[in-house]
Amino acid sequence: MEAALSPYRVLELPGEPSLLCGKMLADLGADVIKIEPPGGDAARNVGPFYHDEPHPEKSLYWFALNTNKRSITLNLQSSDGRELLGRLVRTADFVIESFAPGEMQKLGLGFTALQKINRRIILASISPFGQTGPYAGYRGSDIVSWAMGGYMYLCGEPDRAPLRISLDPQAYFHASGMAAVGCLIANHHRQRTGVGQHVDQSMQQCPAWMLTHTAQVWEFMRVNLKRQGMWRQFGPTRTRTVYPCADGYIVWMMAGGVIGAKGNRRLVEWMDREGYAPEWLKEINWSEFSAAAVTQEFIETILSAVGKFFLTKSKAELLAEAVNNGYIMAPINTARDVFADPQLKHRGFWTELQHEELGISIPYPGAPCKLSVTPWRLNRRAPLIGEHNRDLFVSELGFSAEDLCRLKGVGVI
Amino acid sequence: MSDKRDSEQATTSAPDIMTAPLTGVKVLDFTTVILGPTTTRHLADYGATVLKVETATHPDTLRTAVPYANGEPGVNRSAFFAPYNSGKMSIALNLNRPKAREIIKRLVPWADVVVESFTPRMMTEWGFSYEELRQIKPDLIMASTCLQGHDGPHSGHRGYGQLPAGLVGWYEMTGWPDGEPVGPYSAYSDFIDWNYLLVSILAALDYRQRTGLGQYIDQSQYESSLQFAAPALLEYAVNGRLTSRMGNRDHRAAPHGCYPCQGDDRWCVIAVYSTEEWQALCLVMGRHDLLEDPRFATFPARKANEDELDRLMAQWTAQFPADQVMEVLQSVGVAAGAVAKAEDLFRDPQLQHRDHFVPLEHPEIGAYSCMTSSFKLSDTPGIPATPAPCLGEHTEYVCREILNLGEDELADLMAEGVFN
Repeated sequence: MEAALSPYRVLELPGEPSLLCGKMLADLGADVIKIEPPGGDAARNVGPFYHDEPHPEKSLYWFALNTNKRSITLNLQSSDGRELLGRLVRTADFVIESFAPGEMQKLGLGFTALQKINRRIILASISPFGQTGPYAGYRGSDIVSWAMGGYMYLCGEPDRAPLRISLDPQAYFHASGMAAVGCLIANHHRQRTGVGQHVDQSMQQCPAWMLTHTAQVWEFMRVNLKRQGMWRQFGPTRTRTVYPCADGYIVWMMAGGVIGAKGNRRLVEWMDREGYAPEWLKEINWSEFSAAAVTQEFIETILSAVGKFFLTKSKAELLAEAVNNGYIMAPINTARDVFADPQLKHRGFWTELQHEELGISIPYPGAPCKLSVTPWRLNRRAPLIGEHNRDLFVSELGFSAEDLCRLKGVGVI
Repeated sequence: MSDKRDSEQATTSAPDIMTAPLTGVKVLDFTTVILGPTTTRHLADYGATVLKVETATHPDTLRTAVPYANGEPGVNRSAFFAPYNSGKMSIALNLNRPKAREIIKRLVPWADVVVESFTPRMMTEWGFSYEELRQIKPDLIMASTCLQGHDGPHSGHRGYGQLPAGLVGWYEMTGWPDGEPVGPYSAYSDFIDWNYLLVSILAALDYRQRTGLGQYIDQSQYESSLQFAAPALLEYAVNGRLTSRMGNRDHRAAPHGCYPCQGDDRWCVIAVYSTEEWQALCLVMGRHDLLEDPRFATFPARKANEDELDRLMAQWTAQFPADQVMEVLQSVGVAAGAVAKAEDLFRDPQLQHRDHFVPLEHPEIGAYSCMTSSFKLSDTPGIPATPAPCLGEHTEYVCREILNLGEDELADLMAEGVFN
């Protein structure tokens, strides 16, 4: 099948925040060259590791984020290394980097310098706060982005510290995703003008888009919305969203009105068939029900009755009924549940990639969306360190095999 | 590598480098709530013409969501709706009426992209499946986003983005180890999914530019959201180990957490990734004694004594305002950040520098702050050109200028309640 981005070459410089951006472009068919320092990228030291063996060719984190890419080693701290990079920039379409702001300029690789080599180049720079500004020099981190982007204040229990999601580094992934969007918008511009642009991506601004109406509630009501655990506020009352069930937890949103009426009616009917529906519950007119218009006490009586019923059902049973009857409900899955999920299997979601060096194949999460003509595809596992040095330096740039050995010896590659 | 034809074309014509990148891209937008509208907002910001198809009988949920201007409800008064829909046009059409559906079919040739977020089969029931629309416009790009995808045993699953967040594991992975799953704020899956929906649409546009071929984009929000959990999925597949919630701790840092500061519900996050950074932190805290303390002298030691470490940090931070903790630690190269409340976002000097909020003026809401994209392009900054539309604000414009309907036909359709 065809690939959407097959005409394009991407040079991805070392740095964790860039990894997912390069992968997204690679999985749509771009030729993404992962440039690693001699000895391997630092992200190869990040776990989890295959069978807990900490080794640069066994990092599952590295595997997950570098599908389809090719790898060369290049020492960007040496002027010879940067000269080689310059040669590659001549024929590249995108460069992605996530060094500290100012670093690229110090290396003589700032956007102006790259444009002199190749007027068409699009440079995506991913940084914690952006390339310029009062915090541009601040040390970034996943948790710092969530905190300063306003999202963390909205997560967690009201009587405990604000929380972040325990799967690090979500903020890097969001910044990578948006940088890919910026690259493709700049690409569209380049088709028309023949000129590239600098895509300046801020990690801090990403969570600031996830606040729903929080900024507006301050702007218009002078109220700072605050974390409520898994409770959801409806004007003066609040409802739970997380419920224990027979084998774990589910999310259920008790919405009245148009959105939830039919589902809630059917849920009560199911409860009734099994003897769990008190008369007063059966009498609620869900089409007219509004959580904002009843007392908190009444809400909690409903939740208590429904909660007792949920305790008798498994996640799988509840999901099946939710799908068929329109409950606003889903199981709280673990990875085990995800791998067992029949819907994902039906959709052919999992892609087995061979890891010959380990003697195994691993099921990877596959396409994020199904494109009918140019699908997202995982063709190949993440590269080994410098796996494609010969392909790039010998076959493409014309070095001999001996040159390559010499360059290795002097630490350029 | 790039197509040589493009550079040749650029030298023969003299295009304006400042022209918005997506100028001329036309989007027929059936989406509602957050995921779809954020996607089309980004397209509009960078020059696409986005026409939102709405109906007064079932308005976008956000149109009836607080906060309202002056606290007065109204479908054109929601300050929640406004930022997510700035820069778009709106046509009101009651799609349950055959003549309204005819109008859509007459709009399809105008559109480059159709985006929708209905439950599966809705568009098909109306006669707007991809198969039918491509009969009208062969190179159409159509993007459909729904919870679990448009085929399969669970394709009928409907609901908000909190549901894929449960399915993917975000709830399981957010919370305290001694507590229940809490989940991240709001529909976290939506926030992942708009990246993939946008990239898919933009890639499809690029492919069509090269080949003349459109295509169908079927987004399962579950499948897109799983992408950000890839390392945890591989960990289970290979090692059989489940990732669970660990509060604010991190495998690669200690101390790493959210510590209480002076003031009402004020906190600062701190993340220390090396013993060198720990030493800098000790000096800043004026705790030379800790430099030698074997409980904290190495990373494994700090991990083994992390409860005590967190207590120690909290005792120190509690004496100072969060901003001060942040500034002092950043000055010695330690990652730290004050936890921002909503009001702080408007004062944040870096967000101001980035023009994160731009002021827009709406006929019914008045002035409101609108967030701008998290990336900035050097030649073509993306800012919404207009405020959010009133419901059906552009119905007549679209009918006259795009569809070239005659005045009589327009009057007849209005009288029949088609634009409702």
